[in-house]
Amino acid sequence: MDDREIAPLLAGVRRLVDEKLIPAEETLDREDQIPEELLALMREMGLFAYAIPAEHGGLGLSKWDEVRVIFEFCRAAPAYRSYVGTTNGVGGKSIVLDGSPEQQRKYLPRIASGELVVSFCLTEPDSGSDAKSLRTTARRQGDGYVLNGSKRFISNAPVAGLFTVMARTDPEDGGAGGISAFLVEAGTPGLSVGPKLRKMGQKGAPTADVTFDDCRVPAEALLGGVEGQGFITAMKVLDDARIHMGAVCVGLASRLLEEMTGYAAQRQQFGRPIADFQLIQAMIADSEAECLAARAMVERTARAMDRGDGVTKEAAACKYFASEAVGRIADRAVQVHGGYGYVAEYPVERLYRDARLLRIFEGTSQIMQLVIAREALKEHRRGQ
Amino acid sequence: MKVLVAVKRVVDYNVKIRVKADQTGVDLNNVKMSMNPFDEIGVEEALRMKEAGSVEEIVAVSIGVQQCQETIRTALAMGADRGILVKTEQELEPLHVAKIMAALIAEEQPDVVILGKQAIDDDCNQTGQMLAALMDWPQGTFASKIELADGKANVTREVDGGLQTLTLDLPMVVTTDLRLNEPRYASLPNIMKAKKKPIDEKTPEELGVDTAPRLTTLKVEDPPARQAGVKVEDVADLVDKLRNEAGVI
Repeated sequence: MDDREIAPLLAGVRRLVDEKLIPAEETLDREDQIPEELLALMREMGLFAYAIPAEHGGLGLSKWDEVRVIFEFCRAAPAYRSYVGTTNGVGGKSIVLDGSPEQQRKYLPRIASGELVVSFCLTEPDSGSDAKSLRTTARRQGDGYVLNGSKRFISNAPVAGLFTVMARTDPEDGGAGGISAFLVEAGTPGLSVGPKLRKMGQKGAPTADVTFDDCRVPAEALLGGVEGQGFITAMKVLDDARIHMGAVCVGLASRLLEEMTGYAAQRQQFGRPIADFQLIQAMIADSEAECLAARAMVERTARAMDRGDGVTKEAAACKYFASEAVGRIADRAVQVHGGYGYVAEYPVERLYRDARLLRIFEGTSQIMQLVIAREALKEHRRGQ
Repeated sequence: MKVLVAVKRVVDYNVKIRVKADQTGVDLNNVKMSMNPFDEIGVEEALRMKEAGSVEEIVAVSIGVQQCQETIRTALAMGADRGILVKTEQELEPLHVAKIMAALIAEEQPDVVILGKQAIDDDCNQTGQMLAALMDWPQGTFASKIELADGKANVTREVDGGLQTLTLDLPMVVTTDLRLNEPRYASLPNIMKAKKKPIDEKTPEELGVDTAPRLTTLKVEDPPARQAGVKVEDVADLVDKLRNEAGVI
C-alpha cells in the first residue's frame, strides 16, 4: 500500500494507542497483565491478524505495511505488542511459511481472530545464542513422536494455546539438520508451563519456562510433515522477526522522543524551558537522527523482503542498529528528565526498563554482529 | 429503512488551534483533520439501528474539499454502506449545508437523518434545525437516546432542565449529543474493506444549491490570555473581593 492508502489503517492504530493503550500502561506495569478489555479491543480491531494471509482470515499485510503499522502500535509499551507480535511473528509465521495446508487451515484462522496465542520454543537452559546445539528430543514412537526436554524464557507461554517447538529428531545429527519443528497444543499431557518469570521490564508480557516430559504428539504435529527442516524454518522466521523487532524499536524510540521533547519544552530551569539549552538539544538531535536512520533501514529492508530479496544481513543490521539506538535514546530520555526520569512518576523510567530487553531477545546484539559479518564475508568470498 | 448521516471534516480535537496572523481564520496547514466527534456518534447510532435490524442502509455524506472523502472512508470503515461527497472549495455556512442536505434527501428518500448537534470547529449548532425547517420534518435535537418503533421514534433530549422525551413521526431529523453512545473503533479488516465501498461525487451546482456567502467574517482572534490570580488573606478578604471587586455576590 502506498502512503495514502495505508494512512487510515495507521490512523486507526494511532487512535487506539493514544486513547486506550498508553493511558493503561501504568496498570499494565503494576499488575503485570494486559487488562482483559484491552485484549478484547485489540482482537476486535484485528491486530492479531496482520501477518496472516487473507485466505485464512488475516489482513495479509506485506512486510512494508506491517512495519509501518508496528511503528504506530509500538508507541505504546512493548508488552502490548508481545501477544500480537509473537503470535503473528515467530510463532505463527512458521505455520504461514512451512506449515502443511491442513496445519494452515487448522490454526491460521484461529490465530487471525486472536483466539489462539502462539509461543515459539527455541531457547533452552544451555542453548541460547547457540541455538543449533539444542537438546530437546523428539523420538519417533508408533505413529507419532515423544518430546522430552525443557525450553527457557518462552514469551507468552502462560497464555499460549499453541507452541511451535524446535526439537532434535535425529540424535546422530548434532547440528542444524537434526532439528525439526512441532506444533504442540496447550493441554497436551506431558507439556507443562512453569511460573511466570519476574522480569526487569515489559511487564504484562508473560514469560515462562516450558517442560516436555514424555509429551506424545501425533505425526501431524510435525511442521510441514518433513523432519530436519526445523532449523531452516527457524532461521527464515527469524529474518522476518528481526525486521519486525527493528520496527518495534523504532516505535518505542519515537515514543521516547515524544516524552523527551515534551518534558524538555515544559520543564523550567534558570528561568526558561530546558529545551532552550544546547546540551539538551544535542540529546534530542542525536535521538531524532538515530530514530530516523533506524526507520529508514527497517522500511528499506522490509521492501526488499517483499521483493523476495535475501535479507539475512540487512535484517540482522536492522535489529542490531535499531535496538542499540533505542537503548541510547531511552538513556537520553531519562537523562533529559533528570531525577524525574529515575522515579516512576514519568513513563520514561518504565520505558527505559522495557527497552533493555530489545538488545537481548530474538538474537543478542553480539549474535547480530556475527550474522552481519558472516554474511558480509560470504558476499566477499562470492565476489559480490 | 434508510439512514443518512452527515460527517464533517474538522480539525482533530487534540490539535491546538492556531489563528492565522492576518486574522482571517484558523491555520489549517499540516493540521490533523478528523471526523467531527458528534458526527462519529451519529454514525455509531446508525450502525446500532442497523445491528438492531431496524435499518437496512446507511449512507454517509460529507460536504467540502476532496479530502472529505477520507472522512467518508472513516464512516465506511466503521460500517456505513456507501458515501456521497458533495465537493466544493467554497467555505460553507450552516444554511448552505442544510440546503445541500435537503437536496440529497429529495434524491435518497431516507427515513432518518442524523447530524451532530454541532461541529467542533465553528460550533454553530444550526444545521440540523435549519434542515428540519426546510424539510418541514420533526426534529429531535441534542439526542441522548433514540428508540425506533412502529414508524415513530422516541427521542430523549438533553435540555437545560434535565431530559425531555419526544415522540416523533418519521421521517425525522436527529442531532446527536455526547452521551448518546460511545463510538466504536474501526477494525483494521473493516478499514481495508472500506476502500472498496462506493462513494458518489456531486457538486452543489448539480444539486441546485447556491453557495454564495451570506455571512462575512470580520476577524478571528485568539481568546484573551488568562490573567494571573491573586491570593486572599482570609475568608473575609475573599468575600469582600467577591462583593466589591468582582461584584458577583
